[in-house]
Amino acid sequence: MPLPPLSDRTETLVVLQGVSKSYGTAEGPLMVLQAIDLTLDAGQSLALTGESGSGKSTLLHLVAGLDHPDDGRIMVDGQEIGGLDDKGRASLRRSTVGLVFQQFNLIPSLTVAANLAFHARLAGRFDAAWQRQLTERLGLDHLLARYPEQLSGGQQQRVAIGRTLAARPKLVLADEPTGNLDEATGDAVMALMLSLVAETGSSLLMVTHSDRLARRLDRRIHLRSGCIDATTVPTA
Amino acid sequence: MMRRTAMAALLSHWRRRPMQLVMLLLGLSLATALWSGVQAINAEARASYDRAAATLGQDRLDRIVSGTGAPITQSDYIALRRAGWLVSPVVDGTLRLGQTRLNIIGIDPLTMPTEGLNADVARDGDLAAFLTPPGLLYLSPETADKLSGSALPPVKRTSSLPAGIGMTDIGVAQQLLGKPGEISQLIVAPGQRRDLRAIGEIAPTLVVKAPDARGDLARLTDSFHLNLTAFGFLAFAVGLFIVYSAIGLAFEQRRATFRTLRSLGLPASTLTGLLLAELVGFAIVAGVAGVLLGYLVGSILLPGVAATLQGLYGASVPGTLSLRPQWWASGLAIALFGTLAAAAQSLWRVWRMPLLAPAQPRAWARASESGLRLQAAAAATLFAATIALAGFGSGLVVGFSVLGGLLLGAALLLPVLLALFLALMQWLARHPIAQWFWADTRQQLPGLSLALMALLLALSANIGVGTMVSSFRLTFTGWLDQRLAAELYVTARSEPEAAALRGWLKGRVDAVLPIWSVSGDIADAPVEIYGVADDPTYRENWPLLARTPETWDRVANGAGALVNEQLSRRDGLEIGDSLMLPGGWTTTIAGVYSDYGNPLPQVMIGLDALTTHYPDVARLRYGIRLPPENVAAFSEALRARFDLPPENIVDQGSLKRRSLAVFEQTFSVTAALNVLTLGVAGLAMFASLMTLSTMRLPQLAPIWAMGLTRRQLVVLELARTLVLAVITLIAALPVGLGLAWVLLSVVNVEAFGWQLPMHVFPADWVRLAILALGASLLSALIPLRQLAATAPSDLLKVFANER
Repeated sequence: MPLPPLSDRTETLVVLQGVSKSYGTAEGPLMVLQAIDLTLDAGQSLALTGESGSGKSTLLHLVAGLDHPDDGRIMVDGQEIGGLDDKGRASLRRSTVGLVFQQFNLIPSLTVAANLAFHARLAGRFDAAWQRQLTERLGLDHLLARYPEQLSGGQQQRVAIGRTLAARPKLVLADEPTGNLDEATGDAVMALMLSLVAETGSSLLMVTHSDRLARRLDRRIHLRSGCIDATTVPTA
Repeated sequence: MMRRTAMAALLSHWRRRPMQLVMLLLGLSLATALWSGVQAINAEARASYDRAAATLGQDRLDRIVSGTGAPITQSDYIALRRAGWLVSPVVDGTLRLGQTRLNIIGIDPLTMPTEGLNADVARDGDLAAFLTPPGLLYLSPETADKLSGSALPPVKRTSSLPAGIGMTDIGVAQQLLGKPGEISQLIVAPGQRRDLRAIGEIAPTLVVKAPDARGDLARLTDSFHLNLTAFGFLAFAVGLFIVYSAIGLAFEQRRATFRTLRSLGLPASTLTGLLLAELVGFAIVAGVAGVLLGYLVGSILLPGVAATLQGLYGASVPGTLSLRPQWWASGLAIALFGTLAAAAQSLWRVWRMPLLAPAQPRAWARASESGLRLQAAAAATLFAATIALAGFGSGLVVGFSVLGGLLLGAALLLPVLLALFLALMQWLARHPIAQWFWADTRQQLPGLSLALMALLLALSANIGVGTMVSSFRLTFTGWLDQRLAAELYVTARSEPEAAALRGWLKGRVDAVLPIWSVSGDIADAPVEIYGVADDPTYRENWPLLARTPETWDRVANGAGALVNEQLSRRDGLEIGDSLMLPGGWTTTIAGVYSDYGNPLPQVMIGLDALTTHYPDVARLRYGIRLPPENVAAFSEALRARFDLPPENIVDQGSLKRRSLAVFEQTFSVTAALNVLTLGVAGLAMFASLMTLSTMRLPQLAPIWAMGLTRRQLVVLELARTLVLAVITLIAALPVGLGLAWVLLSVVNVEAFGWQLPMHVFPADWVRLAILALGASLLSALIPLRQLAATAPSDLLKVFANER
């Protein structure tokens, strides 16, 4: 599919052009991503699937501005990440992007309530009413005074999702968000996340191993050895 | 085979974390070094006292001394010999040779019992040379080297004499000391006949003293050595904080390995045994390094200690250390003890660890609220016990127990106070970063609290000792001004010269103040008795602590005596109490004066009373009042007229400088130990921060992912270290002042017999604060640089579940 010029893509939230990334290893450089082209429109959801080591998480990290590509251009919400310094990238993560990790990565020293509000307050978008609504929808209202270590895995993941969505980011990046949960809990958490993402109007880029979960998103891209597989198809 | 494989698995931890191993060994070596260095100094000094005590067999033989303070007369000696008493005469005294003081002991080898005769002195071929002019002077090799070139009889070296003591024939000694015909004491041979007349009947002024195994010097210096031991122990305890921290972390990080080994069939007892063997191995390595380092520390500090002991107590201690086997043994033993004490809790946990316990990688760092409550209760109990001890106990050991209780209680309380403070700050914080900062600092607290406790101990000790020394310096300087009022101090070499001097001085100066004294015993303890002229110099300047309007009149007319603070405290004497003095006469106490730096009790009576009761008193020393601008010219005239050596004419300024030098020297060792302790505390802080930094990434990465830059994280980490250091510093202030109070009002009184007013020196605190914050910053520098340089790929590993 030919890629339109970056400047014309006003409804497009994420654009990747010829993005490559390698890591140095003891055996020499390891190519993780090779010349990736990809777009994600505002409000759209996209599943990234592939084998372990195919470069899914790396791609997600590059879009989040957590890492630099060796080659190519990445544009998020009209800003080219390559042109941003450390401070600019931090600002992008704070205001535009929300991250949900497989390991939850909650802040252990803060209560559930403080964890939920943390990113929204950091981004200057804290909305008490929305937070209350989120808390209820996520079934966390009776856990607000607890600390992360006092929660089950499913509860922790719900807090992580709530923390991201409380900030209403334009782009939600999720890396195997249900990878640590059993199937039933994972399904329930995923249903909740998708519905909330839809309500906030955010775009979602999600890494997953699960075909079943991938099918629930608008589009799906399969990565194989750092390249986009030709068999990639829209799911909708 | 099983054990070897398991041991290899356990030891592989240290291969992966060499820095942790370095910290463990360094902490243990430093702790051992500071402790064994101090012990080496004490052992050297004590060996020297023992040798001094054994010089004339005082540790085994009875001695006869004068009960009046006057020398023993030849006629008394002859009367005793004629009555059949086997006694041997001895004269002793101090000879000043330039800057060196030599204690001369003159003996009569022909009458001296074998037990009292030194193994090498006046034996075989040397006896004739010893007895005939010019005689022989036996000296230790060190003293002989120091005195080479001095005008002395032919010197013979012997390693059996302690440093600073010279032994010669009694006739030669009497001549050297300017005490012709004088006898200081008589040594009583063992196995005397039972039918002899009692000594009291033959010579009523003489008294028999039983053998003294320890000697006066050992007793006098006890408090000084206890002081050193206490500070050595403090440094050791601070060093152990590092060891405890390093062992605790290593055990916690190997929890998964322990569980795997156990699940693969290694019994808990074998696992504990292997860990114990590992620790013993470390203790031996660090112990040997610590003992060698301790030797270095001891060698550096010993000359200062020797100078202090010489200046304060007149004790001669060699300035070089000898390596003693028992010292090696005790150094290794303390290293082993320290390691096992620091590891006991961790070993117990491994022993009790359930096989299926869930992995809790940071469980060691999470202090539960109940743990803090327990700590607060322990601190409160300790404080209560300390207060009770200070109120009802007495003695030097009680004094140091109060110090220990105060320090340990404060150290236990510190994490509790910090946790409360951080909780309050978190509650007050409104910005999410501030909230996270305080909450996260609170979470780091258990991992840092041991280092902070060590820092608190070191800072408190610095403030406490600093306040004590500065208070002492201020008081001592003012006291010296009062005490050394005369412009010039002159010592004649003989009585005829003294008589000539008195005649020459008449009319040439404003006043001549005799400084005449005798020595004797009060209640079987040595005391000095000085005579004081009725002169405005004393009435206006003498530092009296307790007085009445009639004090000086009563002293002048012989109806009263002044006692120094040491004697007043030791015997509970107050104005109006009566005091029995050597020679059996009684006087009434008319006042108490401060007498800092003097280890002996002292009494001052009127000059007339002194010469009446002790007519044989040496009348050699004088203080001279004259206009200060005339001192130099007058000294020159005195020297020209009497050909006195320079050390016999001392001006007020030189004497003050010498006294202040002795004073400064006294506390230089404590100050050095303090600085070393602070250094060790800094190292503890560094070790903890390094340790925590390796575990910080999982906590910092999510914050970074949510939009904080690495620079902001570094600044926050730096702020955290500074906040904790500042709070510790603030907490150390009242603890340090409490420590100073205990040192000044309890320990000094018990150790030296004097109490000092406490002064505070805020400028010193500012200096210490800068030093402490500098040390904290320095300790945080490497961990922070590592964080600043952390590549995004390393931070990403947190999310990639690779950690």
